[in-house]
Amino acid sequence: MREAAVSTIRESRFDRLFGAFNVTVLLLVGLVCLFPFYYVFVISFTTPEEYRQGGLLLFPKTWTLVSYEYLLSTSTFMRATGISAFLAVVGTLCSLVITSSLSYGLSRKRMRGRKPLMFLILLTTLFNPGIIPGYLVVKELGMIDSLWSLIIPVITSGWYVLLMKGFFDSIPVGLEEAARIDGCNDMSVWFRIILPLSLPSLAAFGLFYAVSYWNTFFNAVLFINDTAKWPLQILLQNMLIDSSTAMGGAAASDTGMASIPSETKKMAAVIISTIPILLVYPFLQKHFAKGAMVGSVKE
Amino acid sequence: MKVNVESLQAKQDKASLGLRLKFKLLNEGKLLKRDLFLYLLVFPGLLYFLVFKYIPMWGVLIAFQDYSPYLGFLHSEWVGFEHFQRLFSNPEFYRIFRNTMAINLLSLVFFFPLPIILSLMMNELRLQWFKKTIQSIVYLPHFLSWVVIVGMSFLMLSQSEGVINQLLVVFGYEKIDFLTNPDYFWILLTLQSIWKEVGWGTVLFLAAIAGVDTQQYEAAKLDGAGRLKQMWHVTLPAIRNVIIILLILRIGHIMDVGFEQVYLMMNGAVSEVAEVFDTYVYRVGILQAQFSYSTAVGLFKSFIGVALVIFANWLAKKMGEDGVY
Repeated sequence: MREAAVSTIRESRFDRLFGAFNVTVLLLVGLVCLFPFYYVFVISFTTPEEYRQGGLLLFPKTWTLVSYEYLLSTSTFMRATGISAFLAVVGTLCSLVITSSLSYGLSRKRMRGRKPLMFLILLTTLFNPGIIPGYLVVKELGMIDSLWSLIIPVITSGWYVLLMKGFFDSIPVGLEEAARIDGCNDMSVWFRIILPLSLPSLAAFGLFYAVSYWNTFFNAVLFINDTAKWPLQILLQNMLIDSSTAMGGAAASDTGMASIPSETKKMAAVIISTIPILLVYPFLQKHFAKGAMVGSVKE
Repeated sequence: MKVNVESLQAKQDKASLGLRLKFKLLNEGKLLKRDLFLYLLVFPGLLYFLVFKYIPMWGVLIAFQDYSPYLGFLHSEWVGFEHFQRLFSNPEFYRIFRNTMAINLLSLVFFFPLPIILSLMMNELRLQWFKKTIQSIVYLPHFLSWVVIVGMSFLMLSQSEGVINQLLVVFGYEKIDFLTNPDYFWILLTLQSIWKEVGWGTVLFLAAIAGVDTQQYEAAKLDGAGRLKQMWHVTLPAIRNVIIILLILRIGHIMDVGFEQVYLMMNGAVSEVAEVFDTYVYRVGILQAQFSYSTAVGLFKSFIGVALVIFANWLAKKMGEDGVY
């Protein structure tokens, strides 16, 4: 007994040390994650003159809204933001309608052929035919340069269907039967029982969809040539990246801005584009496990 | 409605062959009509998978054609494995293959273990509010787009004004031109991926750890196990399955490098080490409109991916693990 007590004390000293080490390392990890945000935030409020003087800038002498005022008065920037907002709202709604109705149908035992259909849907997550065949389909459908090309080709996915079907599977059948006895038909069961019941879950899927529509980039590179239809991420690319490297000579004219934007304006654009994500972030957090299952296998 | 169908089925049993067929069709019709709403619900979704997933799967056949948009799929000439031969005899192929492999192996060695370590460490935090805060912070970068992350990297790494170079100067080092130096390119990509995804990578592990019965820790404590030993003997075995599943899926993606990241980070000075399969397909397929050849490149890549997943899954099962499929 006494020996055991001694050994606990000795180990707990080591354990305390380990605990302290652990906390320190994780604090550092947290700092590394946050620092870029802080730095970008600070730069976006710095006057361009102070930024150009150089030196290690961790806290500006004067805070200014100049960069934000400039961006918010630039029609190109506002238009691109509007397009991304449209994608996030309309795209998310469309995605939720298509994904939820498909997964609900496939979760009902009465549905004929639901097993082979589910298998075929899951097969699409395993084999990816590559960029070009998908591009040709969108092209043949005449969707190039239409904003629908950024919604319809990614409107749902096998993983989302799988997860949402799992959710519908968990709704007890008895609930539906009770409603039927009360005189509901399939349609009213769907609209009056199932949908209201799944609102919290749909909201969770919706948030993940919304973030991915807001961040749409690759499909816009493929499908959108018309600069008037650029979503925010493409405009950001032209502002932030092309103008930083030698290739981006044309960036200023493409973005409709007077000159190559200064670093402070670029960072203000980064902050503006991040704000919607930060706003939905607390709500997203509740549903991380679900999203991780989609995210971790998707990429 | 249900009663109707059942009585139909009862009658059907007694009926002769011809009648049985007639009843069967009637039965089918009734069932279809009864479940019409369900079929209407799934129709748009199934149409999506048909048009945007299955037509492209069939469309990969243009890799064996000399596809011309004017002639269309049906009238284009079949050329067999010509495009694949062209790919393998192309000196660029080896460079692309090397870059893709290098970036992925770096990620497998340096990125893959990190979320496991991080989640083990987060699990050891005793203060719940601190744990929650750290989690919120490390998950956040996952939700930023690559455009934003690459833009931030350019700001921080730029040779003239970037904060990293300013720090190097403060500590008395020379400034380094990170962004256009091919030696740093792969490392930069790996670091960016780590920054963006390492926190998010812990979600599944933490979920698995949360499912561990606390009695197991109590028992381990009674046996005199310290925190490290508990971690090794209780927590780690609990997430072993998740680790293996993720590893199998990761191996299936060994030919994939996130297009957006490389596309955005690439510039003339580093293209020698930056070109990977996806950017190459984009360049020759979309920009140069060599549809058949680029489809062949994509198909080769997907084929390797599927083969590797199946192999890794087989290997895992052989070693007594559960596997994915």
